[in-house]
Amino acid sequence: MQNFAESFRLAFDLLISLDADLLEIVGLSMQVSLAAMGFACAIGFPLGALVAVTRFPGRGAVIILMNALMGLPPVVVGLVVYLYLSRSGPLGWLGLLYSPTAMIIAQTILIAPIVAALSRQVLEDLHGEYDEQFRSLGLTRLQTIITLLQDARYSLLTVALAGFGRAIAEVGAVIIVGGNIDHLTRVMTTAIALETSKGDLALALALGIILLVIALSVNACVMGLRMTARRYAYA
Amino acid sequence: MPDDQTMTPPLPDIQQAPLVAAFDLTLVIDGKRLIDQIGFTLGQQSRTIILGPNGAGKSLLLKLMHGLIAPTDGAVRWQPQPDGGPRRQAMVFQRPVLLRRSVAANLDFVLKRQGKADIADRREALLDRIGLSDKAGQAARLLSVGEQQRLALARALATEPEILFLDEATASLDPSSVLKIEQIVQEASAAGVKVIFVTHDLGQARRLADDVLFLHRGRIGEQAPAEQFFRRPASPDAAAFLDGKIVI
Repeated sequence: MQNFAESFRLAFDLLISLDADLLEIVGLSMQVSLAAMGFACAIGFPLGALVAVTRFPGRGAVIILMNALMGLPPVVVGLVVYLYLSRSGPLGWLGLLYSPTAMIIAQTILIAPIVAALSRQVLEDLHGEYDEQFRSLGLTRLQTIITLLQDARYSLLTVALAGFGRAIAEVGAVIIVGGNIDHLTRVMTTAIALETSKGDLALALALGIILLVIALSVNACVMGLRMTARRYAYA
Repeated sequence: MPDDQTMTPPLPDIQQAPLVAAFDLTLVIDGKRLIDQIGFTLGQQSRTIILGPNGAGKSLLLKLMHGLIAPTDGAVRWQPQPDGGPRRQAMVFQRPVLLRRSVAANLDFVLKRQGKADIADRREALLDRIGLSDKAGQAARLLSVGEQQRLALARALATEPEILFLDEATASLDPSSVLKIEQIVQEASAAGVKVIFVTHDLGQARRLADDVLFLHRGRIGEQAPAEQFFRRPASPDAAAFLDGKIVI
């Protein structure tokens, strides 16, 4: 319990003092996770929409695969990305290993299936409601997908948030491809792992508390946005 | 509108070219013949009411004509436009399906697809026509059901249809909303739009119909001019329906 009390005090002190190292770690965490979320949405939303509105042989298997990929083990993804980006790997010439870019790639691979699978479900439900009207209006498949993505925008925010939540809390993949290098690839989760291994549990817990505060803040913002949208019947 | 209904069978030899002709139209779902070898023609300038008891297949027939579902057998053939293109069609459903946007944005969605230059003017004219000018910026889904249905009708009219399908469009609406929608439909009809209206409301059928297609158990029970149908129905089922008896 002493650790918890000390951790809260330390977290508070770190935040109040705007500790430069802490801000750097938090900044990189946000930068990497937001970028991964952006790329994952750019891949996952259209993919989810396409599967939602299209009927083709094997569609059920594709949906099962998309859902299964939501549970991709981060360390496996980290290992595969590591093998591709390592000097002897097929993409080794890019020199990306142990860089924030490598971390973004790994996190994108991890959360794109989450975004795709969840958005597929959201958009399929909406499509069921709109389908006859859209066909009556003569919308093409592309127009249908674009309109669905626009009209489901507030639900898709929640989907994006789920992806962000997975990314910001992820440690296995980023520590393998990022290496937890101070001032270069150290993010909150890898810093927590490091401080724990060094026995500085108070600092590790303080970082954990800050991570939770960030996650809560982002969730609260999106929830507020959704509630506003629902109030005006747009969601 | 899908135009895959412009199908192969030739038009029958009739004295006046019909707007639409259905041949042996059949729809079987799960082994049930929901539409059973229907054949009819409809003329250009009239309001056709498809009348019949619940479960007669009225909405299915409308969707078959509009191309939303494909028939198991038979075909619907529309007279092509003079330039050979498909007829512009629009449909208003029993339950209005509106986009999660403002009233104005729901109309703009269709007007933009039409490629019109004067979208704002057209939107204003449509909103004025349905009496929702003061609610242009309001979320469409916050309108009353009657207002939502008027907006759905305005959106359908924004496509400048030659044929307007209405599927029980006033069911469960209050009388003032019904009146407003019937007025708009009559105006559209007077402007040359072919109206095909599904209802089981006899009062509405009497108010709107120029000709009646009476459907019973997936088959045409009777097709006749409205005056004749309501005064001397030829089929026993239609007579029983008009008498207010339970027709199953």
